[in-house]
Amino acid sequence: MILAAATNEGLAQMSNTLVYSSMAVYTLAFLAHIAEWVFGSRSKVGRTAAALTGKAGAAAAPAVSVQVKKAGGTTVLDRPKVVTRAAAGTREVPDGPGAAGGTVKGDLYGRIAISLTVLAFAVQASGVVTRALSVQRAPWGNMYEFSTTFSAVAVGVYLAFLLAGKNVRWIGLPLVTTVLLDLGMATTMLYTESDQLVPALDSYWLWIHVSTAIFCGAVLYLGAVATLLYLFRDSYENKLANGGEPGGFARSVLERLPAAATLDKFAYRINAAIFPLWTFTIIAGAIWAGDAWGRYWGWDAKEVWSFITWVGYAAYLHARATAGWKGRKAAYIALIAFACFLFNYYGVNIFVSSKHSYAGV
Amino acid sequence: MSKTDTTENSATPEDAAAGAALSTAPREESAEETAAGGPRLGVLGWIRWCWRQLTSMRVALILLFLLSLGAVPGSLIPQTSADELKVQDFKDAHPTLTPVYEKLQLFDVYSSAWFSAIYILLFVSLIGCIVPRTWQFVGQLRGRPPRAPKHLTRLPAYTTWRTGAGPEEVREAARELLKRRRFRAHADGDAVAAEKGYLREAGNLVFHIALIVMLVAFAWGQLFKSEGGKLIVEGDGFSNTLTQYDDFKSGSQFGVDELEPFSFTLDTFTGTYEKDGPQRGTPRTFEAAVTYTDGGERDRKAIIRVNEPLKVGDSKVYLIAHGYAPVVTVKDGRGKVVFKGAVPLLPIDNNITSTGAIKVMDGYRDKNGKKEQLGFTALFVPTFAGAGKGTMFSQFPALDFPVLALTGYHGDLRVNSGVPQNVYQLNTTKMTQFKLGTGTGVAQRLLPGETMALPGGAGSITFEKEIKEWASFQISQQPGNGLALAGAAAALAGLSGSLFIQRRRVWVRAVRGEDGVTVVEMAGLGRSDSAKLPEELADLAVTLTAQAPPAPEPADAEAEGAEK
Ligand code: HEM
Repeated sequence: MILAAATNEGLAQMSNTLVYSSMAVYTLAFLAHIAEWVFGSRSKVGRTAAALTGKAGAAAAPAVSVQVKKAGGTTVLDRPKVVTRAAAGTREVPDGPGAAGGTVKGDLYGRIAISLTVLAFAVQASGVVTRALSVQRAPWGNMYEFSTTFSAVAVGVYLAFLLAGKNVRWIGLPLVTTVLLDLGMATTMLYTESDQLVPALDSYWLWIHVSTAIFCGAVLYLGAVATLLYLFRDSYENKLANGGEPGGFARSVLERLPAAATLDKFAYRINAAIFPLWTFTIIAGAIWAGDAWGRYWGWDAKEVWSFITWVGYAAYLHARATAGWKGRKAAYIALIAFACFLFNYYGVNIFVSSKHSYAGV
Repeated sequence: MSKTDTTENSATPEDAAAGAALSTAPREESAEETAAGGPRLGVLGWIRWCWRQLTSMRVALILLFLLSLGAVPGSLIPQTSADELKVQDFKDAHPTLTPVYEKLQLFDVYSSAWFSAIYILLFVSLIGCIVPRTWQFVGQLRGRPPRAPKHLTRLPAYTTWRTGAGPEEVREAARELLKRRRFRAHADGDAVAAEKGYLREAGNLVFHIALIVMLVAFAWGQLFKSEGGKLIVEGDGFSNTLTQYDDFKSGSQFGVDELEPFSFTLDTFTGTYEKDGPQRGTPRTFEAAVTYTDGGERDRKAIIRVNEPLKVGDSKVYLIAHGYAPVVTVKDGRGKVVFKGAVPLLPIDNNITSTGAIKVMDGYRDKNGKKEQLGFTALFVPTFAGAGKGTMFSQFPALDFPVLALTGYHGDLRVNSGVPQNVYQLNTTKMTQFKLGTGTGVAQRLLPGETMALPGGAGSITFEKEIKEWASFQISQQPGNGLALAGAAAALAGLSGSLFIQRRRVWVRAVRGEDGVTVVEMAGLGRSDSAKLPEELADLAVTLTAQAPPAPEPADAEAEGAEK
């Protein structure tokens, strides 16, 4: 008995050490990202400006590359090439070159940053797992545990995108910055000793409901970052298209981001893909509440804000199908919806008295 | 439905038709149309105009906004439905705000007139939207994919090549290929028109219809539900009839005879708590072991936990709260037992410091043989702390060092005064505290087994060694749950279909060129944001080249030209 308790303490201790170590590595990754952006700014290519002023709107989109089948014999023929056109009304602007700006040094630092992020992620994930092992349950019993899992999932999804060859390197710096903030807050203000769950949380629904909620939040966060950057990049492109002169910051930083259309599409795909999962999370929560409290919906603060977030994202999806609401207006709605998600997490857990008070602080 | 966003740059009406009806979203009216069209049409025109406005996407969007905005105050202001006590506290603390809030129904946001108005409007809008969309979709299913636009090059994805195969042969091969890929395809003139992904629209309609189903289920549940609470001490029982409840509420359509006939006895309640560490005292398990019968002869055993209600027929029994019920014995001056029983006390903090009252209604006579009533206020702690101090409190929720503090009164409990009485409180207006000769009141802290003597031979009260626990249960019957769950599942399935399935059209045109060689053109059109479309088109083209192998280009320059 004493032995078991000791092992648990050891694991809990190890978990804390791992989380702190991951913060150290994230800090290094953060610095490497900064270096990437700084060295990248040395290249003054002005790609977007050139594209917009040169052949605005008329550029043919790049052909989709299809793998060429080697045909042995006399007649070697090309395979048909597919030509794509952007949807009407959107600017045909190529994506920026990324943080490294096409410079070798910037790219090197960028790669170092990603390697460090991978390392930090591995360390952080082990921290979350050892925490779970130290208590023999899902590591989602209080805000400290939510927060550490939350950022681990966000980074994990980002790395998975990278692995899948998606153009997401631009998200690295904002992501690592927030991860540091999140972990900083978790380890100082929200820290709770490793311990068992209160009976209300002791249910297999914890695995289902809370894991999907954390996953939704982490991925929606990536969508929100993309939306925010879309808004900046879109005004930058607008300014350029109207012959305006963007400021130095815009020229250096925004110019290197993907095109507004790309960012918008990325954000939309994320939000649209997560919306059904968020719907499921709420339904699962309602079923759990039905078992735990005898009513599946009681307009408790947490439930209200989940509902508001849900309606917010539904409004966003509607806006994208409504004339006059596409683009920037829809993006604002998406940001408001994400702000509701954040409020539901920090605001409701800490400031509003709710049946869902598991802040542990 | 004359245009969609993907074809706004199409020049000919024919091109526009190609993209038409890729969704069944209501057409947005232009500003002039709405401004000029309505008012001149008289009353009927006005009604139609209002209806069209209400069922437009823009108004649906605004109503969605209002719905989320309207939900906010209910999360920040205490709600009667959730916690009446908190509402009362708020009212006491804010005497000026309260009347304003009451006028605005801010203590009952989710049943308020204005909140109801928002969601009712939204659902009217929804129905007004779904009905025409469903017909339109049925029409699309019965019709055929629209014919190929003249200029396939204008479409978002396009490819072309020349082949030695004949045009008819190519068209037939294309039609078969598309059919194999589960497109709806038919040859129309010099081209094959095909469409796929109708499930997207179906899913979207299912989703919106499911929302209505859920709303109906909630309304149904509200009307027919019943919900009651009952506190039971270990060893006691409950049978599901109205008179047995401590409190009971039901929907307006609920009939008392609909209460599920069953009964149960609380055998034991077990609570365990964290022993050490910073979370010392945090509850770990709560279990109520019960024996129940549901009309049948056999008794059955079950454990009710916080997350595991007992289901009997349509009813569910939930474990809501628990506490201690010390057993006390009260004797009169002649040593006759006038009261013996477990007295449930209400916890006032997380360590289960509990308060309550012990009332001896009848059977007691004072030393002169006069009938009188006795009352005791009780303060109980499962783990005593506060030694040497005037107050005592509990430092741990388990029964490690139980102490019961009692203050005795005699007189009239006023239970029959007509005013409903709280069983956990003593009304001392007609009672006098037992006093010692010195004038100090009789109040004493007792350990289990100890007895407090009432002064002047008035009797005694004993805190027995046995301390029972009680548990309170909520018994609810909520019809419509199944329907709501089915609605939720349908909504989820429909939504996934709506968001993950791409609806797209593909056209394959094959005509004999001027030099006698067949020219194949393929083009695809989807809703915007479909990244997969060009890939799919490329894949189709490659597969089709098996039956329409590319022929050498007459001049390389032309091939380059096609790409521009
Ligand atoms: C009860 C509130 C409503 C909710 C929660 C809701 C939710 C949603 C969601 C999440 C979508 C996204 C699915 C997609 O993009 O395919 C959607 C699409 C849609 N909704 Fe609603 N909706 C509601 C009310 C309405 C109303 C009142 C209308 C009619 C005006 C409407 C018409 C549509 C249409 C036409 C689409 C498809 C848009 C498209 O083709 O992309 N909805 N709705």
